[in-house]
Amino acid sequence: MILPALAFYLFATITVACGVLVIASRNPVHSVLFLILAFFNSAGLFVLLGAEFLAMILVIVYVGAVAVLFMFVVMMLDINFVELRQGFLQYLPIGLLVSFILLVEILMVVGAWVISPEAASVAAAPTPDPALRSNVAALGDLVYTRYVYLFQAAGMILLVAMIGAIVLTLRSRPGVKRQKISDQVSRTRESSVEIKKVQPGQGV
Amino acid sequence: MEIGLGHYLTVAAILFTLGIFGIFMTRKTVIIILMSIELMLLAVNINLVAFSTHLNVLVGQVFAMFVLTVAAGEAAIGLAILVVYFRNRGSIAVEDINMMKG
Repeated sequence: MILPALAFYLFATITVACGVLVIASRNPVHSVLFLILAFFNSAGLFVLLGAEFLAMILVIVYVGAVAVLFMFVVMMLDINFVELRQGFLQYLPIGLLVSFILLVEILMVVGAWVISPEAASVAAAPTPDPALRSNVAALGDLVYTRYVYLFQAAGMILLVAMIGAIVLTLRSRPGVKRQKISDQVSRTRESSVEIKKVQPGQGV
Repeated sequence: MEIGLGHYLTVAAILFTLGIFGIFMTRKTVIIILMSIELMLLAVNINLVAFSTHLNVLVGQVFAMFVLTVAAGEAAIGLAILVVYFRNRGSIAVEDINMMKG
């Protein structure tokens, strides 16, 4: 019984500490690495909650795709690391004030909140017993039947994001040599090969 | 000691507040702001999954999956905009992004 609690406190502490370090570290590369660690530890939290599929998806999507994307952009852009942290203290009071107010508000909402007794009876899709149906299978049952249109919409969102990112960053610079397949295919023998009669002993 | 819903909600609340704090504090680079947004979305996902488990309803996890999708798309588009902006202006400091100021 003590082991899940210990695991929770370990994962939660590391997640929150990494959240602090994402904001506070001087080097954006370190920020991205702390973000990755935060994602790993929240995947651990998800496993503790019994959402194994989401935990694995979190690792694959966030650590494997989003964080690597961040890393690429951070390393691609030429950022002056020295200037980055100037003026940090200037915004400290307002930031502390706003986040403190927000935290108090969230805690007030959470503190005065109870689950309605009949919530379980009106549940849209009760979780099946994990011993009978695994988390992945249960999610698949739901996603591919009742929420199939939402699933398709999610796919459309990803498609639009992909095309948008390509369109935004694509550019045609002058003076860059690139392959033109149509030119290569439309070459003829006459345009590329010239036959010269060479007399013996004279050279070309 | 039993780990209940409140524990997870507290972690999520702290993470969300950290995200807000990061957005307010960052004045030099937009990348940290994007990372703060990712932190906030992560906090939302923790909330959704925690409620899903404790109310024994699977829909919360489905919704968390969609939030994950939107977060991935948002990161891709945001970073693409960032790259284009850096190409045009040579800086991604938040203070320099004021071209549309009247």
